Parts: sequence; C-alpha cells; structure tokens
Amino acid sequence: MNYEQSTIEMYRLRLFKDRVFSKVMLVCTLVSVSVVLLIGIGLYLHSVPVLHKLSWGTLITSSIWKPMKGLFGFYPFIMGTLWVTAISIIIALPLCILTAVYITEYAPSRIKKILSPFVNLLSGIPPVIFGVWGVLFIIPLIQSHIAPHFVDFSTGYSVLAGGIVLAVMIFPLIVSIITEVLRTIPQDLRDASSSLGATKWETTKKVVLRKALPGIIAALVLAISRAFGETIAVLMVCGNNAVVPHSVFDPGYPLPALIANNYGDMMSIPLYDSALMFAALLLFIIILLFNIISRVILARLERKLAA
Amino acid sequence: MYQEVLQTESVAAKKTHISVKGLNVQIGSQHILKDINIDIPDKKVTSIIGPSGCGKTTLLKTFNRLLDTSSDVKITGKVLVDGENIYDPGIEVTRIRKKMGLLSQRPCPLPMSIYDNVAYGPRIHGTRKKAVLDELVERQLRATGLWEEVKDRLNASANRLSIGQQQRLCLARGLAVSPEIILGDESTSALDPVSTHIIENLFIKLKEKYSIVLVTHILRQAARISDYIIFVYMGKVIEAGPAEQVLQDPQEELTKQYVKGYIT
Amino acid sequence: MKRRKFEELFFKGLMLLATIIISGSLFLIVGTIFYKGAPYMNLDMITKTPGGGFYIGKEGGILNAIIGSLYIAGGATVLGLAISIPVAIFINMYINGKTFLVNTLRMAYDVLFGIPSIVYGAFGFLIMVCFGLRASLLGGIIAVTLLVIPILVRTLDEVIRTVPSELGDATLSLGATRWETAKVILRQIRPGIFTAILLSFGRAIGDVASVLFTAGFSDNIPTSLHEPAASLPLAIFFQLSSPVAEVQGRGYASALVLTVIVLIITILSEICIRKFYKQKA
Repeated sequence: MNYEQSTIEMYRLRLFKDRVFSKVMLVCTLVSVSVVLLIGIGLYLHSVPVLHKLSWGTLITSSIWKPMKGLFGFYPFIMGTLWVTAISIIIALPLCILTAVYITEYAPSRIKKILSPFVNLLSGIPPVIFGVWGVLFIIPLIQSHIAPHFVDFSTGYSVLAGGIVLAVMIFPLIVSIITEVLRTIPQDLRDASSSLGATKWETTKKVVLRKALPGIIAALVLAISRAFGETIAVLMVCGNNAVVPHSVFDPGYPLPALIANNYGDMMSIPLYDSALMFAALLLFIIILLFNIISRVILARLERKLAA
Repeated sequence: MYQEVLQTESVAAKKTHISVKGLNVQIGSQHILKDINIDIPDKKVTSIIGPSGCGKTTLLKTFNRLLDTSSDVKITGKVLVDGENIYDPGIEVTRIRKKMGLLSQRPCPLPMSIYDNVAYGPRIHGTRKKAVLDELVERQLRATGLWEEVKDRLNASANRLSIGQQQRLCLARGLAVSPEIILGDESTSALDPVSTHIIENLFIKLKEKYSIVLVTHILRQAARISDYIIFVYMGKVIEAGPAEQVLQDPQEELTKQYVKGYIT
Repeated sequence: MKRRKFEELFFKGLMLLATIIISGSLFLIVGTIFYKGAPYMNLDMITKTPGGGFYIGKEGGILNAIIGSLYIAGGATVLGLAISIPVAIFINMYINGKTFLVNTLRMAYDVLFGIPSIVYGAFGFLIMVCFGLRASLLGGIIAVTLLVIPILVRTLDEVIRTVPSELGDATLSLGATRWETAKVILRQIRPGIFTAILLSFGRAIGDVASVLFTAGFSDNIPTSLHEPAASLPLAIFFQLSSPVAEVQGRGYASALVLTVIVLIITILSEICIRKFYKQKA
C-alpha cells in the first residue's frame, strides 16, 4: 500500500477504536449509575411481604418488636440511629471546626505539615478497630467515671458510647474537608480584614468562616451520612437493646446494627428477612432524602453568598 | 491634571507623614528590601514605581504591618508614622492598621452586604448605634461616588457589583475607619479604563484629607496623579523626588533607563 | 480592646485543645491496639490458618483471613477500576458539554458514595439470591466492588478535573481521537490513579458490613471463587466475641495486623498525594 492508503486505513481503525470505547464507557456509566435505582427497587420488592402485613405507618411508629409473632415496630431503631448520630455530630462538629481553623490559620508551618497528614491517618483506620477501642476504653470510662455522676447504674454500653466512637471516626473526614475549604479562601480577603484593624480571631470569625459556610455545611452533610450508616463500630458499643433511648446513658439499637446482628436468624423466622430488607430500605431512603435536601439547601446558600 | 504634576513643591518644606529609616526586610533566604531610607510627605500622592518583583509591594506592606502575616519574615529598621515607630514591640498592631487603609490589586469585597462591608470596620472598633452607622455608610459611599448607584440595594450582596464598583466599595470600606493614610497596591490594574479614571480622580480629591501612597507599574498613571515619586529597583531606593523631576529629569542612570519609554 | 484580645486568646486556647484532642485520639487508638495486641502477636498468627478449636484457644493463625481480605479487596479494586476509569473519562471528556447531564451524574455518584456499606451488603445478598450464588469469595467481591466504585469515580473525577484543559485541547488539535487523548490524560494523572487505588483498597479491606452477608466465613484459604472467604474484620469480631481470654487476646493481635496493613496503605497514599501535587506545582 502506498502512504496515503495506509494512513486512511489507520485513520479508520482509530475512529473505530474511539467509537467502540465510547460505547463501552457509556455502558459502564449507565450500569453503575443505575445501581441507585436497582438498590431502591430491589430492597422495596423484598420488603413487600412485610409491608403487606403491616402498613408503613405501623412499621415506622410502633415500638413493638416481636419477630416470632410477626410484629415489627422500627421506631426504637430509628430513634437509636438518630440519637447516636446526633451525639456524634454534637461532639465532632465544634472540635473539628476549631481544629481545621487552627491548622490553616494559626499553626506555624512546621506543625501544619505534620498535623494535616497525621489527622488523615485516622481516616484509614477500619471501623472494627474503632469498635475494639470503644469496648476497651470508652465503655469502662463511661461506666466507672462518667455515668455515676448522672445515673444510678449503667453498663457503659450506651448511645453515648456509640456517639463518642462515631465522633472519633468522623473526625478526619470533617477536618480534612473544612481544611481544604479554608485553604481555598484567598489571602486577599484576610488581608482586607486585617488592614481594617481586625484581630486575627475577628477576621477568622467574621470573614473566613462566613465565606466557608457552604463548605462547612457540605462537610456536615457528608459526616451525617457516614454516621447514619456506620455498622460495626456502633454495634460493638451500643448495647443492642430494642428500646427507645431516653438519656444518653441508655442503650440503643441503631438500624445498621439491627440488620447486621440478625442476619443469621434471618432465614429461619418468617417475614424476618423481609423486615430486615425493609430496615435497609429505610436507611437507603433516609440517606437519599438527606442527600437531596442538603443539595438544595447548599445550592440556595451558594446563590445567596456569591455573585 | 498635568498642571498638578508640574507643581515642583519642595517636599522638605512640608510635613512628613511616614519616615522610613534603615529598613531591611528578609523573607526566607531572600533579602527583599535593602537599607531603605525615605520620607513620605503628608497629604500628597506618592507613587512607588519600579519593575515587577523588586520589592514595591513588600515595602507597602511594611507600612501597615501586613507583612507580619507572612511566614519567615525578618524586619530590621524603623518605620516612623507621625514620629512613632510602628515596629516597636509594645505597639498595638490593630491600632496601626486602622490608621492605614489598604486597597489591593483585585477588589475583594467581604462576603456580606454592601452596607455591612462599609460598616465592618467601625463595628469592630466599637461603633454599634444604627443611626451612627447609617450616617457613616452614606458618607463614605458618597465620598467614593457610589451612593447614587447603590442606595436602593444596600442589603444586596457586595459580590453583585461590577469590578469597578467593588473597588470603590473597598475604598469606602477603608475610609470608614477614619484612616490617615491610604495605601494602594496596583489598585487599578484589574479595572477597565473608565473605572480606572474614576478611582484616579478619587485619589486626587482624597489627598486633601489623607496621605496617599500608591504602588504602580504604569508610568502614565504615576505621571497623571502623583506629586512625589519613589523609584525602587532590586530592593533599593534608587531615586526619590517630586514627580515631574523624577520623570522628566532623572538624576540616576537606572532611573533614566526605566523612564526612558515614558519620556520619548 | 481588652475584650477583643481576651476573646482572641480564649479561642486560640480552645483551638489548641481541640487539636490536641483530635490528634491525641489517633495515638490513643493505635496505642491501645498495640498494647493489647502485641503480647499475643507471633509469627504463627500470620502464617498459619486456624487449626481445629482455634476459637476455643488452640493453635493456628489468621492467614485465612489475611489472604481472604486481600483477595476480596484486590478483586474489588481491580473490578472497580475497570468500571470507574471509563466512567470518569466519560464524564469529563465525552459529555462535558452537557452540563445538566454531567451534574446529574455527579450527584448520582455522590449519592452512591453516601450509601452505607450495610446497604451494599444487603443488596449484594439480594443479587446473590437472585443468581443462586452462595456466600462466597465471588459474592464478597461483588458487594465490595459496588461499595468501592463511587469512591473510585469520585477520586478519579476530581483528579481528572485538575488537569488543565489545555492538555486535552493540545492533543485534540494534533488530530488525536478522544480515546487517544484520554490515554494521554491518564498517563498524566498516574500518581492520582495510584492514590485512588490505595484509598479504595484501604476501605475495602477494613469494611465489615459489606462482606458480612456475602462472603461467608471459612477457616481455609479459598481456592475458587465459589468458596466462602474469611475476612480480617470478621475474624477480629469473632475472636473478640469468644469467652476464652486467649482467643480474645488473639483478636487484639488480629486487630493489630489489620491496623498495621491499613496504616501502611494510608502512609503510602499520603506520599503519593504529595508526589502528585509536587508534580503539578
């Protein structure tokens, strides 16, 4: 073949490759995105048996949990999840904002270089290790040193323990996101505030944190999602008692722990597997809704703050 | 405008607002400013000119101690403002900064409404009464010619303004804390010619009440509005004097070469 | 003025306290694991599979769990990459004009990222039931792949977005096809890809909920995809639930092994991130 012919042949081959690969990519994308729908549909279909027996309302608001009799009230588990998540966020958020601000605004550069990766190391530690640590350290701490001040008796296995363990788990997530956000705020803004005679803290409080607010909320959302769904660490320290917690020292039984603990019994009791799938569906819906709502709030915030 | 440049008032006869004596600045291992000795005259427009990277902005930042925020900075020497050395260990930094208003290169409105931007400084320094703040905000917005344009939307986000308006807002914000000196770091280089013209005129009007120090790399701008020019090259002050003299009849060789483009 | 200074000092103190608490917890956790686990740590633990009666105190090690976890995490990462790289390229190069589509897709992956691993485990279980699979290595790999894909897509997407558009433009204007340009961009972000691999591998190896229903458990090293596979987190959990003190101690040692593996991976990925950003600067 002469030169022109071979170039044209090669050209056709290249175009063919391009087209093939773009189809492949399209398929990969479609398949992976459709997982969202598939999960929702799959979980729903498997929840149908238990939904036939008890309505949505009963399932969500009833506290009666007697699988042998076919009674499934998820209210205690939903409350357990909410309690543990709330406690973890209340502990983690202020600590993390303060730390992130320290790392970006105040720390001398030597310390900054060590601190940031150091906090990230925490993010790699598997949840089960946190659970182990919780059992070894937090439970005795609560039982012997904290609870006696407040209640008569506590085994230490409580939503407080779950909240503390969860909080430590989500520290690196929140700190790293907020640090990133603070880092992208231009120095000019801080300079402008300083030039007007503001102290460093005033600049941080009134200008930097204000500008970083959307980012902080995004970090919060991510952290809450993670806390909701965490299974093993919480399972090990929460007490796993199907009652609605009334104080932080009460045991709790978050939804993920419920699913994980009863997986073994699932097949032997009628409707139990469907009920557990319903629990998974509940989790899925809560997180989905949460994601969408927070996006809307974020978008509105950004429109208000920016140009 | 050209008339004002031709005024050859001898600077020594007027009051000096800032007096720099033996200033040396080192950032990291680089010796940025070498043995600077200059006087900034009171209530005049002084321009600091020179090629990029030779220390003009660093010099400006030593005036309001903004250099303190950079890491690894060593400063020796004195900067006397109204006779007071601002690098004295006992000095309250925020008070010094309040005396100086800074206008940076890119307008940076604070993330709040137009009203809150101007009121930010006074609020920090203790002014709380709404009536007082209202009057202050209006006064400074009028002084920078923004009032008519924004009076109906004082609560809108400052980011909605055009760049020229934002820079004027930053100027109003800086004036609201009643400074004595205005520092401008290439403050018109991000603006279009019309906005630049407006801001330059503002500087000329403001020198009645404030001393103005501007860093610029645009020789024509220096010629248009300055009374006094300082030429900095490689961290050293090469020449300083009345604007017309430095531009038309420079004494030093380096100055001659730098302003060559302008003269011809 | 005094009040302002006081406020500044007060918050600076709070900040320091918060930082110490957070970085202190890392030390505390790793320290506790080392302290409890080191006494029970010996070579047998990592080179032998459990003998009979391992869970009541007899001999053996956790090699089954180590290998099992490595298989699962490795398989899931490879499979995940095979899907995520095309997706990331697709979003950034092939449809980047259509903003609405791109934003919706990114949001979908963010949602997937937020779905807890137990939901993936439950879903993986459903898939297995659907295809008649039993709890096995394959089941575990499938579930963990689902978990890992959003992590990979998100990381790769972010990394590709840092490549300046000039690179793609230059290649395209030389007459290259989009696929060829993609190959160039992939070469450019090699350290970033490595980071993504490390991140997802670290998550895959430590996660319990996704393998709980799907991988089963076994005292042996799986020799085929259809055999059940042990995983480190589950092994730790079972050992710790045993009433025998000796076994519990070994549970801590297993936790030590897992922690060390994960710390190595995290440190490696930190170094990679540094290299990547230095390369760009």
